[in-house]
Amino acid sequence: MKLLRTFILPRIVQYLIVIFVGITLTFLIPRLSPINPVDNALGRLTAFQTMSPEATVALRESLMDLYGLNGNLLQQYFSFWKRVVAFDLGPSFTVFPTPVTKLIGSSIGWTIGLLSLSIVIAWILGLILGTLAGFFPNSWWARTMENSLIVVYPIPYYIVAFVLLMLLTYYLPIFPLVGGSKGAPGFTWSYLSSLVYYGFLPALSLIIGGVAFRFIISKALTSTERSSDYVRFAEMAALPKHKILFSYLIRNTLLPQVTDLGLSLGLIFEGALITEAVYGYPGIGSLLLSAINSADYNVIMGITLLSIFGIATASLLVDLSYPLIDPRVRYS
Amino acid sequence: MKTVLGLFRYSPSFRLGAIILFLVLVLLILSFFSPYPPDKRRVVPRNEPPSLEYVMGTNSQGQDVFWMLTFAVRNSLLVAGLAVLIGRGIGVFLGLISGYLGGTWDRVLSAIVDSFIVIPRLPLLILIAAMVRGQMTIIGLGILLGLLDWAFPSKRYRSQILSLKERDFTQTAIFSGMRTFKIVSQEHLPFIIPFLLADIVSGFLFAIGMEVTLAIFGLADMNSQTIGTMIYWGNYYQALLTNKVWVLAAPIGASIIVVVGFYLVSVGLTTYLDPRTRLARLQVKG
Repeated sequence: MKLLRTFILPRIVQYLIVIFVGITLTFLIPRLSPINPVDNALGRLTAFQTMSPEATVALRESLMDLYGLNGNLLQQYFSFWKRVVAFDLGPSFTVFPTPVTKLIGSSIGWTIGLLSLSIVIAWILGLILGTLAGFFPNSWWARTMENSLIVVYPIPYYIVAFVLLMLLTYYLPIFPLVGGSKGAPGFTWSYLSSLVYYGFLPALSLIIGGVAFRFIISKALTSTERSSDYVRFAEMAALPKHKILFSYLIRNTLLPQVTDLGLSLGLIFEGALITEAVYGYPGIGSLLLSAINSADYNVIMGITLLSIFGIATASLLVDLSYPLIDPRVRYS
Repeated sequence: MKTVLGLFRYSPSFRLGAIILFLVLVLLILSFFSPYPPDKRRVVPRNEPPSLEYVMGTNSQGQDVFWMLTFAVRNSLLVAGLAVLIGRGIGVFLGLISGYLGGTWDRVLSAIVDSFIVIPRLPLLILIAAMVRGQMTIIGLGILLGLLDWAFPSKRYRSQILSLKERDFTQTAIFSGMRTFKIVSQEHLPFIIPFLLADIVSGFLFAIGMEVTLAIFGLADMNSQTIGTMIYWGNYYQALLTNKVWVLAAPIGASIIVVVGFYLVSVGLTTYLDPRTRLARLQVKG
């Protein structure tokens, strides 16, 4: 009960505040943009046909109304909240009149599939390799791995992705240049294998960076814990090495690692941007990029809102799981 | 100075990193002696492959890739340095306050920090950069990156300090009547400093990576030479399809060398500064 009052409730209140602030900022920032989407849309409509000035003004009025840009900032803000609560994000400006929710719905599967799989694979691989390398710091395989991953880790993600793309699609054309799959969707072998085939290179680029990062973090954490007293006592008591490693040491290094996994899962939407832009992968990142280039408010807003919910919820769940993982938090 | 020499002698990663950073510094200084102004085109024959005269070849605009690269390295480091200074300044300050003071301070600051963490940075950055498209300067980019990169470090400092506060030795120090300031400066700082140094390097890596990313989308200061804009213009003029890979290889190679150099130096420093790993190494070797 005390845990609920002192830890869980404040955390949930904080979660709500975070979402409120995030949504407000998302509302404000695109409205500072000098590009007026209504004039953009008008320009597209009038490019192919001449319209009388009256008709143009009337069209402009109805477009303003449709896009929720009527009234002063405060009125817009309230109607914005109304729509957020009703889960209605309006139509897309560029692919008019497809609703934003539908656009996002059709591309989010790609992103979540690609990103969550590669993040989890990279997390597990990096954690295991890093912990082992930290526990046996003087073995040759730990050194080789560390030396090679240390060089890979700091390289900007874009460079990794671009070099892989250059090598494996241009010089050695093994993998496809753009796209997410081939053939009609369905549970057929050819479709599923094309999913893997098209997703392999993007996933590889994500995993390379992810493993290097996780490896370095978990090796550092492990070698710190390894010099702790309890490990030394356990070694003096001649406990088997695997028991020290799995029953004691990993539990102590896991707390920050789980935090990071939760947060990086929340960052899916952000991470997708470069990957999908480089590999032409049909996901939410490509959608966001084209929306930003054409000042498509509603789509930008929809995706940003989604990622705010995603990241905030992930971070809430991570924090709520602290007491389960670390008894020191539970009893403090 | 003695420390640096010692590090140079005993830490292989520091040695390699320092040599790389020295080369980067030489590149940076060379930019002041460039025979051509950075933006001037058609000063050398076009599309020359690397040769003795043009060390890294020339591009389709008649620019010498090597001299362009010296400017690119200088400008990229300027952007990153500014971003790190601003970002870490805010991050460390807030992290320390919220970690040590706790209570209401911690809750308020954490709420602010958390709401900044959940706001996706890259879309925001791209949005802002798109808004000021064409008017972005190097300085502006550095400040912008710095203002976006403090929330996550600050949360990490906070959790680091919270975990230090839970440790046994802190309790022992408190019970034995050690003053708070002394606990912080003597017991906790040795844990925080390696963390800070590693964090500064990760700030550099973030800023350099972001600069490259923004430039790829054509949203950085496209009129200046940076590592990112060199890649952008290389792609723009189809360097790959016209078989002039050196135009792209130079900035890609430079970016890898710069970040790896920074990172290796920080690895060397961290192992040196962290007393516990130093002890561990002594035991292993002695």
